[in-house]
Amino acid sequence: MSAHSATGIAVHRRPSLLKRLVASDHLAGWVFVAPAVILIAVFAIIPIGWSLLLSLQANNLIAPAHYVGLANYRALTKDAAFRSAIGHTVVYTVIFVPVSVAGALALAVALNRKIRGIRFYRLAVFVPLVTSTVATGIIFLWLLDPTFGLVNYVLHLVGIPQQQFLQDPNQALYCIVAMTVWSWLGFDVIIYLAALQGIPGDLLEASEMDGAGKWSTFRSIVLPLLGPATLFIVVWSTINALQLFDEIYVTTRGGPLESTTVIVYYLYQQAFQFFNGGYGAAIAYVLFVAILIVTLLQLWVGRRRVYYTS
Amino acid sequence: MSVQPAVSVPERFPRLPDAQPSPRRARLPFSAWHLLLAPVAAIMLVPLVWMVIVSLETRQQATSFPPQLIPSSIHLGNYSAAWNAVPFGQFFVNSLIYSLATVAGNLLFCSLAAYAFARIRFFGREVLFVVLLATLMVPFQVILIPTFLIVKKLGLVDTLGGLIMPNLCSAFGIFMLRQFFRTLPIELEEAARIDGTSRLGILFKIVLPLSLPALATLGIIQFMWSWNDFLWPLIIIDSQKHAPLQLGLSQLQGAHFTQWNLLMAGTVMSQIPMLAVFLLAQRWFIRSVAFTGIK
Repeated sequence: MSAHSATGIAVHRRPSLLKRLVASDHLAGWVFVAPAVILIAVFAIIPIGWSLLLSLQANNLIAPAHYVGLANYRALTKDAAFRSAIGHTVVYTVIFVPVSVAGALALAVALNRKIRGIRFYRLAVFVPLVTSTVATGIIFLWLLDPTFGLVNYVLHLVGIPQQQFLQDPNQALYCIVAMTVWSWLGFDVIIYLAALQGIPGDLLEASEMDGAGKWSTFRSIVLPLLGPATLFIVVWSTINALQLFDEIYVTTRGGPLESTTVIVYYLYQQAFQFFNGGYGAAIAYVLFVAILIVTLLQLWVGRRRVYYTS
Repeated sequence: MSVQPAVSVPERFPRLPDAQPSPRRARLPFSAWHLLLAPVAAIMLVPLVWMVIVSLETRQQATSFPPQLIPSSIHLGNYSAAWNAVPFGQFFVNSLIYSLATVAGNLLFCSLAAYAFARIRFFGREVLFVVLLATLMVPFQVILIPTFLIVKKLGLVDTLGGLIMPNLCSAFGIFMLRQFFRTLPIELEEAARIDGTSRLGILFKIVLPLSLPALATLGIIQFMWSWNDFLWPLIIIDSQKHAPLQLGLSQLQGAHFTQWNLLMAGTVMSQIPMLAVFLLAQRWFIRSVAFTGIK
């Protein structure tokens, strides 16, 4: 620092604090980040805190709120509808994640080769990804229509009796799984394909020269090298599955007989249909903590199992 | 693409006994993978093809059993009927404004912030960066209700401004661009600094032109996200005048849920822009999706 130079002259030559500040990197840095920081503070950081506060209030989103302590959380523990919403979300997630991960892995391996028509096959797998959730819902409502739906027609051709699908409380959630696997599979496949193409070809050749078959090469070389991609897809799909909403809203609105009311749909009902803002915020926080715990658990297991090359 | 070694060894290498084609195994005239891929491709495409077919049928054809797989006559009238049943043109304009505004906002604000985080040493930089990143962990539902209340306080409920503002900048975009900026050679920027170019000048004249792939990736991800966004518009928009396409489509569904031919025509129209973007820029699109998974 020039201020402490032996002669002391530098002290007098120092420009004013303001000038130094204006010329410094500190100000420049803050000016550059200011718009982003303001936007993220107002629309993310403040709402995170506010949401916690809301969850401790009785708040109908219109009249002034009042503090109720942990009453919302206590009410949640006794709320049978919330408990069944958790149940539906867990069932959905536990089926959706393994099915889509395994399906995507098999498909990516199949798509990672140069055979005729491969571009067409890839296109077919990726196209549902750009179809919006609302459009997906509308299309599947019609495909699965009990009376006029194409799926029942195909079942009819092979002699299976008419099914109610989304109108049957015992089938609706599984139909939602099928529908969302259809629309999300392309995403997982793209990530697996990128990972597969990152595997050095000489590694596979070395394995084959050592006499390993296709299957054992896949199991002991390809699969471990896909570990990081698998971990990412599992974590990402789980987070998305726990937040399922759009497809439910468009197809079943939580029905029939609440059989597809998942956590976020229940949150939406409480906050924006029954105007229980505080209760909705409490549901959101429970979901947040659940997602955090599941994600950390998956990463922790992943860290012990997944082999990173670099 | 997998790296091929310069010399292809296995072809000429003395093969192990099992490499001899077994006489018992009948050879298919095509790769066996087609047996898996063809049915899967069919399953993936049938819902979309069926959507197009039903959109061309009359109501009677659409609600017949067995279904008319190939319509005996084509009715393009469904499209104009759907277009007029709800203000579709308005939905398109709203979606376009929503998507383009959020893309522009993210490109600008994320670039500015990412550049500062990558290149400028300023007080509180590391802490601020971690705080911003931490917001990525929080699911949208947690901030949904307070964000609604904030937008309400700003008097922006049921306006395009209220729709757009919370999505103008994302911590994801800042993180992604910062990672990219850090891979650029710093020498160019230092030389420009010595020549007296301002920080802003360096960002716009040197850094951003070198970052077009990263900017395109962020733009594509954001565009796709905004175009298909449903939950936030559902909460914040009440009137048809301000509804973006996906919300408008769900309104069409609510009003005409028995007219499947009309509904399918509307659905086709709502998906065409995104589909066109995908088909035209397929490679970019796939790169963008793969990128989200790589880091």
